[in-house]
Amino acid sequence: MLYREAGQFKTSYAADQSLFPIAQDKWGVLLLLAFAAFAVPMLASEYMLNSILVPFLVFSLAAIGLNILTGYCGQLSLGTGGFMACGAFFAYKLTIAFPEIHIVAIFLLSGLGTAFVGILFGIPSLRIKGFYLAVATLAAQFFLVWMFNKFGWWTNYSPSGVISAPPREVIPGVVVTGTSGTPEAKYLFLLVFVALLALLAKNLVRSRIGRTWMAIRDMDIAAEIIGIRPMFAKLSAFAVSSFFIGISGALWAFCYTGSVEALAFEINRSFQVLFMIIIGGLGSILGSFLGAAFIVLLPLALSNGMLAVDPTISVALVAHIEFMIFGALIVFFLIVEPHGLARLWNLAKEKLRLWPFPY
Amino acid sequence: MRFKSLCIAAAGAALLTTAATVPAPAEAQEQYIPLLVYKSGPYAPNGIPIAQGWEDYLTLINERDGGVGGVKLVWEECDTGYNNDRGVECYERLKRDTAAGIQPLSTGITYALIDRATQDKIPLFTSGYGRTSAAYGPVFPYVFSAPLTYWSGADVITQYIADQEGGSLEGKKIALVYHDSAYGKEPIATLERLAEEEGFELFLFPVAHPGLEQKATWLQIGRQIRPDWVAMWGWGVMNSTAVKEAAAVGYPMDRFIGIWWSGSEPDVIPAGADASGYKALSFHAPGEDYEVLQDVVEYVYGGDAEAAREAAWGQVLYNRGIFLMAMQVEAIRAAQAIHGEGETLTGEQIRDGWEALTLTEETLASLGMDGFTKPVAITCEDHEGGGQAFVQQWDGESWNIISDWYMPRRGPLKEAYKADALAYAAEKGITPRTCE
Amino acid sequence: MNLRTIAIWVLSVPVIIAALGYFHQGLAAAGLISFFTWTFYFEVILNGLLQGVMYSLVALGFVLIFKASGIFNFAQGSFVLFGALTMVGLMEMGLHWIIAFVLTAGVMVLVAIAVERVVLRPLVNQPHIILFMATIGIFYFMDGFGQTLWGSDVKVLDIGIPKDPIFLLPGVFDGGLLVNAFDVIAALCAALLVAVLAVFFQYTRTGRALRAVADDHQAALSVGIPLKTIWAIVWSVAGIVALVAGIMWGGKLGVQFTLALIALKALPVLILGGFTSIPGAIIGGLIIGAGEQVAENFVGSAIGGAIQDWFAYMLAMVFLLFRPQGLFGEKIIERV
Repeated sequence: MLYREAGQFKTSYAADQSLFPIAQDKWGVLLLLAFAAFAVPMLASEYMLNSILVPFLVFSLAAIGLNILTGYCGQLSLGTGGFMACGAFFAYKLTIAFPEIHIVAIFLLSGLGTAFVGILFGIPSLRIKGFYLAVATLAAQFFLVWMFNKFGWWTNYSPSGVISAPPREVIPGVVVTGTSGTPEAKYLFLLVFVALLALLAKNLVRSRIGRTWMAIRDMDIAAEIIGIRPMFAKLSAFAVSSFFIGISGALWAFCYTGSVEALAFEINRSFQVLFMIIIGGLGSILGSFLGAAFIVLLPLALSNGMLAVDPTISVALVAHIEFMIFGALIVFFLIVEPHGLARLWNLAKEKLRLWPFPY
Repeated sequence: MRFKSLCIAAAGAALLTTAATVPAPAEAQEQYIPLLVYKSGPYAPNGIPIAQGWEDYLTLINERDGGVGGVKLVWEECDTGYNNDRGVECYERLKRDTAAGIQPLSTGITYALIDRATQDKIPLFTSGYGRTSAAYGPVFPYVFSAPLTYWSGADVITQYIADQEGGSLEGKKIALVYHDSAYGKEPIATLERLAEEEGFELFLFPVAHPGLEQKATWLQIGRQIRPDWVAMWGWGVMNSTAVKEAAAVGYPMDRFIGIWWSGSEPDVIPAGADASGYKALSFHAPGEDYEVLQDVVEYVYGGDAEAAREAAWGQVLYNRGIFLMAMQVEAIRAAQAIHGEGETLTGEQIRDGWEALTLTEETLASLGMDGFTKPVAITCEDHEGGGQAFVQQWDGESWNIISDWYMPRRGPLKEAYKADALAYAAEKGITPRTCE
Repeated sequence: MNLRTIAIWVLSVPVIIAALGYFHQGLAAAGLISFFTWTFYFEVILNGLLQGVMYSLVALGFVLIFKASGIFNFAQGSFVLFGALTMVGLMEMGLHWIIAFVLTAGVMVLVAIAVERVVLRPLVNQPHIILFMATIGIFYFMDGFGQTLWGSDVKVLDIGIPKDPIFLLPGVFDGGLLVNAFDVIAALCAALLVAVLAVFFQYTRTGRALRAVADDHQAALSVGIPLKTIWAIVWSVAGIVALVAGIMWGGKLGVQFTLALIALKALPVLILGGFTSIPGAIIGGLIIGAGEQVAENFVGSAIGGAIQDWFAYMLAMVFLLFRPQGLFGEKIIERV
C-alpha cells in the first residue's frame, strides 16, 4: 500500500526509462534532498556536520568511484587510497599554482588528472584478472603514496610533507575549503557537488558505456564476442572510477581534514572504501551511499555508544572491542546479506508494495 | 524479520550516537581537559604510559591540592589510534569552549588541528613534537611547543656528538634514520644546515610506516657507509626494530642516539641485552627519585609503589606524561592569576596563561620537580620557552643521565622558525600579530 | 617441475645476478648511485634471500588455503600475530617453550577450525570477493581480540635462537659476508617445514586427498573424499604454519600488533609465485626478498629511499604482465 505502483502508467519510452520511474521514488528522493539541504544544517550539531556528514559525503563519492570499477566492471581494486592521494595532491598543486581558478574547476581537473593515472595503472587489467589484479593495484597504492610522500615538489617543499588546504570560495563570501569555512557551508557545498556527481554516475551506468562495463563484468569473453572492446571498456572504467575517487580525495583534503599528509591515504583507506561497496551493495549507486553511511557511522556509534553506556570504561578496551565488533559485523553482514544494504532496501520495497496485506 | 531486526539495531546505534554527542553542560568550578590518547593500534605501547602519566598527574592535583586554585580538573578521553582522521574526529567530539587545551600527541594530528584549534580558540600544547615553526608565537598564537622543538633536538644531538668527538665534526659521517612521515622529516632541514656549517656528512635513511622493514637500512649503515654516529627519529615498533637490526649488523650502540621519542622502555626492552649502551635525548629526568613521583604514589596509588610500577610509573614515557600535564596545569594556574582565581576559564583565557607561563627553579622545586627538568619561560614571541635537553643511556636495566644539560643554539633556530612561520602565514593569508 | 625447468633455473639465476651486479657497477661508475662493491652486493643478496624465506613462511599459509578452498585468506597475517601472542603469553606463565608451542599449536588448530566453521562454511559458493572481504573482517576481529586478551605491549619472544652476526667466506670476500645467525636458523626451519609439508602431501593418505581437492572439488567429492574434513585439516595446517612464521618473525622483531601487517609483504610473493604453488611461494619469496634488498640498497638511495614496499609489488606486477598466472601458477584456459 505504501509503495503502490498500480495506476502509474507510462505513455512514452522516455518516461519509462526515467531515473525514477515510480512517483514514490521520485518524491522520496526529492524530499530526502530537501531535508538534507534545509533541515539538516539547522538541526545537526557542529560535531555531526564536521565529523559524520562531511566524511560521509566524501566517502560516498569514493565508494561510487570504486563501485563503478568493481561493482559495474568487475575489476577488483585495492588502489583506492592511492588514487585519492592523487586527487588531493593534484588539487593542492593546482590551486597553489593557479589561485585564480575556481575551486570546483580545480576539483574536476584533479579528477581528470587522477583518471589519467588510473588508466596507467589499469593497463595490467588487460592481462590480469581477479585477485592477481587486486594485488597488482596494490602496486599503485604503495607507489603513489610513496611518491607523494617522497618528492617535496608535491607539497611545495613543506619540511614535513603535510599540505594544508588554502581557503577558497565557491561563491563570493562562502569559503568551503580549509578550516575557515563554516561546517554548514562545507556540508551544503559537498551535498550539492556529490549529488550532482552521483547523478552523473547513475546516468553513466545506465548508458551505453555502463552496459559495456556490465557485459565485461558478467562474462568478458562473451562480451568480446558480441563486439565489446575489452580494452576500451576496462580502461574507461578505470578512468571514470579514478575520476570520482580523485575528486573524493581532493574533497577529503580540502573540505574534511583541511590538511593532509600522504600517509592519510594508506592501505587502510582502500580497505575502508572496499568495505563500503561490499556492505552497501556491489553495482549500486544507492549502495555506495548506504555503505559509506554504515562504515562511517559504525565505529563512531560503537565507541560513542560504549562510552555512553559506561563512561568509566577504559578507552583502550573500547577501541579493542570496537575492532572486534566491526570485524564480526562485517562477517555477519556478509553471511546474512552478501548483496549488501542496497539489496535489503529492494527487499523492503517489495514488502512495502503489499504491506499490510501480504498474500 | 531479518530486515526488521537490522533496522532496530541501526536505530539503536543511531540513538546511542546522538545520546553521546549531546554536550554535557559545563559545571561551575570545574576545568575541563580533553585528552587525545592512543591505547590501541601500532603505537599503543608508547601511547599507554604517557596517558597514564597524564591521568595520574590530574588525579594527584585533584587529590592533593583540591584542583587548581580550588577548581577541580575533569577530563575525557578519546582514542585516536595515532590515526590522523580519527584524531580530528576525537577533537571535534571533545572540544568545548571551556577546554583548557589539547595535546594531540602526534605530529600528524597536530598539523590537522593547528588551524582548527586556532579557530576554536583552544590552546594546542605540542611539547617536543608537532610543527616546529609553530614556536613562533606571532603567527601561531594558539600553539605552544615548550620546552623544545625537533629542530632544537637536532641541534642538541649535533652538539653532543661534537663534544664526544673532541669539539669538531669536520669530516665525520652522521646518518639519520627516520620515520617516513611528517614527524620524521622535521629535523632534516636543520641537520642539513648544520652539516654545511660544521662540515659533517649527512646520510638520510627513511623507514616506511610502521617500521618493521629496516634490513636494507642497517646493511648500508653497518656494512657500507659505517657512519661515525647514527641519529634516529623513530616511534613505536620502529625503535625496537632499529635497535635490533643495529645489533644484528654489529653497529656500536653507544654511537646510536635517538630523539626523545625514541628513548623509553618499550623501545629497548624488546631488544633485550642487545640494547645496552643505546642513547637517547630527553628533556626530563628518568627514574623515580623525584618528589612529584613520590606524591603520585602516595595520593594516587595509596602508597603502593608496586601497583604504581605496574602502571608504568617511573618509566620514561610515564614521566613525560607527568611533565606534559604539569606544564598544562601550570598554564591553567597562570591563566587564573590573570583572569581570576577559582574560576572556570575558557580556552582563550588559558592561552593568556600560556604566554605568561614562567617556570623558574623555585617553581619547579615547589612542584616537586627539583632537578627533574629545566626552567622554561614562554613569551608572546617565543612559544618554545628556552628548554634544555640531555643525553640518557640504557644500561640494560634502566635509563641513566650521562651528559650535562645542553642549551640548543637558538639564534639561527629562531630565525628559521620565523622564516617558516612567515611563509605559512603568507600561504594562509594570516597577518602576524605584534608582540607588545 | 621437470628437469628442464630446473636446469633453466640453475643456469639463469647466476647469470641474472651477475648481470644485475655489472649493471649496478656501471651505474655507480657513472655516478648515478653512490657506491658499489661486489662484497656488499653479495652480502645484500644473501641477506635478501634470507629475508625472502621469512616472507615465504607467511606466504605458505596463504597458498595452502587458496589451493584447497579457493579462499584468499587475508587474515593469515593476524593468525601469525595471534599465534606469536599466544605463545608469548603461555611462556610468560612459565611454561617451557616446547610445551608452549604444542599448546599454542592446539589453540591455532581450534581457531582455524572455528574460523572455517563459523565464517567460511556459511559463505560457500559466494563470489571470491565476498570471501575475501570476510577474511578482512576476521583480520579486524583478531586484531581486537588478540589485544584484548594479551595487551598491546611489545613482547619478547625468546626461544634461545642466537642472534649474533656471523661472517661467511672471509677468505673470498674482504671482511666476509655478514649474515645473522637468527636468519640462517629461521631459513633452516622454513626449509624443514616445507620438507615436512611436502612429505605430508606426497606420501600420506590425507595429503593425497588434499591434492585431489585442490585439483577439483567436485571430482574429489564424487570419489568420496570428505570435503569438510579436508578443509578443517587445511585450515589447521595453515594455522600451524602461521604459528611457525609468528615465532620466527616474533623472535626477530618482538611480538607486537604490527606483525599482522607482514601479510602485506606476502602478497607480492604470492603473485610472483602463483597462488596455488608451494614451490612458487618459496621461489617467489626468494626473488622478492633479494630483489627488494638490492633495489633498496642500490637504487633506493638514488631516488629517496623506502622504496621496498612498492618495489616488491611493481616487480610482481611487471612480471605478471608477461606471465599472468605467476611463476608456478596453474595456467587456466578459459573456454566459452
